[in-house]
Amino acid sequence: MLSIKNLKASIDNKQILKGLNLEVKKGEVHAIMGPNGTGKSTLANIIAGKDIYDIQDGEILYNGKNLMDLSVDERANEGIFLSFQYPVEIPGVSMVNFMRTALNEQRQYHGKDPLSGGEFLQKMEEKKKLVDIQSKLTNRSVNEGFSGGEKKKNEIFQMAMLEPTLAILDETDSGLDIDALRIVANGVNKLRNEDNAFIIITHYQRLLDYIVPDFVHVLFEGRIVKSGGKELALELEQKGYEWLNTAF
Amino acid sequence: MAKENQQDKILQDVTQNEYKYGFVTDVEMEMAPVGLDESTIRYISEKKKEPEWLLEFRLKAFRKWQTMEMPDWAHLEIPKIDYQAISYYAAPKELPKYTSLDEVDPELLATFTKLGISLEEQKRLAGVAVDAVFDSVSVKTTFQSTLKKHGIIFSSFSEAVQNHPELVKKYMGSVVPAHDNFFATLNSAVFSDGSFCYIPPGVRCPVDLSTYFRINAANTGQFERTLIIADEGAYVSYMEGCTAPQRDENQLHAAIVEIVVMKDAEVKYSTVQNWYPGSKEGKGGIYNFVTKRGICKGNNAKLSWTQVETGSAKTWKYPSCILLGDNSVGEFYSVAVTNNYQQADTGSKMIHLGKNTKSTIISKGISAGHSDNSYRGLVKILKKATNSRNYSQCDSLLLGSECGAHTYPYIKIANQSSIVEHEATTSKISEDQLFYCNQRGISTESAIGLIVNGYAKEVLNKLPMEFAVEAQKLLSVSLEGSVG
Repeated sequence: MLSIKNLKASIDNKQILKGLNLEVKKGEVHAIMGPNGTGKSTLANIIAGKDIYDIQDGEILYNGKNLMDLSVDERANEGIFLSFQYPVEIPGVSMVNFMRTALNEQRQYHGKDPLSGGEFLQKMEEKKKLVDIQSKLTNRSVNEGFSGGEKKKNEIFQMAMLEPTLAILDETDSGLDIDALRIVANGVNKLRNEDNAFIIITHYQRLLDYIVPDFVHVLFEGRIVKSGGKELALELEQKGYEWLNTAF
Repeated sequence: MAKENQQDKILQDVTQNEYKYGFVTDVEMEMAPVGLDESTIRYISEKKKEPEWLLEFRLKAFRKWQTMEMPDWAHLEIPKIDYQAISYYAAPKELPKYTSLDEVDPELLATFTKLGISLEEQKRLAGVAVDAVFDSVSVKTTFQSTLKKHGIIFSSFSEAVQNHPELVKKYMGSVVPAHDNFFATLNSAVFSDGSFCYIPPGVRCPVDLSTYFRINAANTGQFERTLIIADEGAYVSYMEGCTAPQRDENQLHAAIVEIVVMKDAEVKYSTVQNWYPGSKEGKGGIYNFVTKRGICKGNNAKLSWTQVETGSAKTWKYPSCILLGDNSVGEFYSVAVTNNYQQADTGSKMIHLGKNTKSTIISKGISAGHSDNSYRGLVKILKKATNSRNYSQCDSLLLGSECGAHTYPYIKIANQSSIVEHEATTSKISEDQLFYCNQRGISTESAIGLIVNGYAKEVLNKLPMEFAVEAQKLLSVSLEGSVG
């Protein structure tokens, strides 16, 4: 599904990714762990298409398509979803309008008719139940005045609505209390199936207690330096990241 | 750097839609000779078979106007206007009297159809009585019988002069005096036609009253005059909507709207203004220099102005409320959009004279291209207006980096018990917001539409339903309000 080869990228002349390789197949959940400032969010942003980076080398193929040829909204409509670390507020734009616009643009991209108001609301009710989000959140403006936890839950709700094939969760667990963490994790687990894939970016093993990954990768200084199964996350939890400085 | 240019380019593409309503209707016109002197005024007055007192009103205004200078305090660059190069009267030849739409000039109907406001559609769908002012003379008035049943008078200004001279004489110039300001005085001298509305005591007008103005003949100044009177305990919602065909010459528009709200009465006045704003290069476009003012004359009266302004090359407009009655309420809700080389200097005046009077000003400016958008507002609370309140909120949204937004609030309070609050913000559509929308699959064009509409929502919500739809389209958005 996703194949990243030798990706090198910098921002403001600072080298962030230094030859990153990653293969993600459908049905898989990959966790990417590592200390601050090693390029985890950069990787997420580049896949989504944020164009503040200078990409010097490498390629990203997604279902056989070169992602670099696609705009941000085209990538999204091809099924890539990014759960933001810091979701922005859009005052005055209701979640209902926002989601309906997004969903219908996605349908249009795939040559489908827009959903009627009724169909849309029905779908929204279903997905709200699925991810256990309260009505009051979807009646408000996009992220406006939401607490940190509410913003993250809202990201998961949007993911449920848009049904992506590849979802990237960029530190979705940061700043969440244990209950919110459980809601987020349950949402992911319910949406997880054999046709989609997840990349979960996190500092801590905590989230991985709830979302069990197939693969764990350690990202350090712009490269994936170690990959393994879910037990690698536990190992990192015990040893911390300090040892990476001497090992790599 | 390259990034920023690209961003600007996207914004440009999105905001530079050609003016959709740029077309000219070919209907025969009867025009006054170019130029302005006393004989022009006598000509207009005679054409309209006006009584002597009205001619005197005009002449007095004209003599005053000759001593006045065009105001230059607004944040606008206005080229010198040659008032002698304008024709002050244009009427379709042989003013017809129709009994059904079939008899109306098909060209005229086609014009309305192009605008999406055909009379038929209006009649069928909205239940709106339309007094269509077509280049200065009313062509068609509908729903008169329904209105008549309630004792409501809704007609062209000229008809009101003939049929209800006592009302016109009593109220005309009572809110905007003939010597008020340069443009109002000019209007008082040369006004061609307009609308008149009287709601009798205790009557709640069952339909939204609506007038569509349209400037059509080349080089014709348009001088409309609207007078609305809501008698004790009456209520009316009045809508004014405008589009004009594309032209290269600048067209001067100096209208007057006067509203009198008696005790316990309420008037809602809504405007969607979409006149030709000039070309992308800033050539041509309408000059919109309008004096709009209402008075809450009795206790507990309420007057509410709502406007969505997207057109005109230059706008000079300050819908105002004089709160004379105790406990009276004045409101002003505005969205003003400027693009390319448009300039707008607009806002409101709230004059508190009565006790416990309340006013609200919500102004949302949106600037794009090379345009300049200014808010200018006065809140004046006089000594006797104890326990009065004002809340003002002036927000500016910038699209791109070449446009300007300015806020000029004036606040004067002459007593200790009143409270005035003023808030102002300036923001840009952030790249993070656009990226967030894009990442959800929303194109940049739709994203800007969503964000702009969200920003203006507070004001759009104040418009009557059918008007809000038109306004939302004007703000290039398709979804807002259709669900939820």
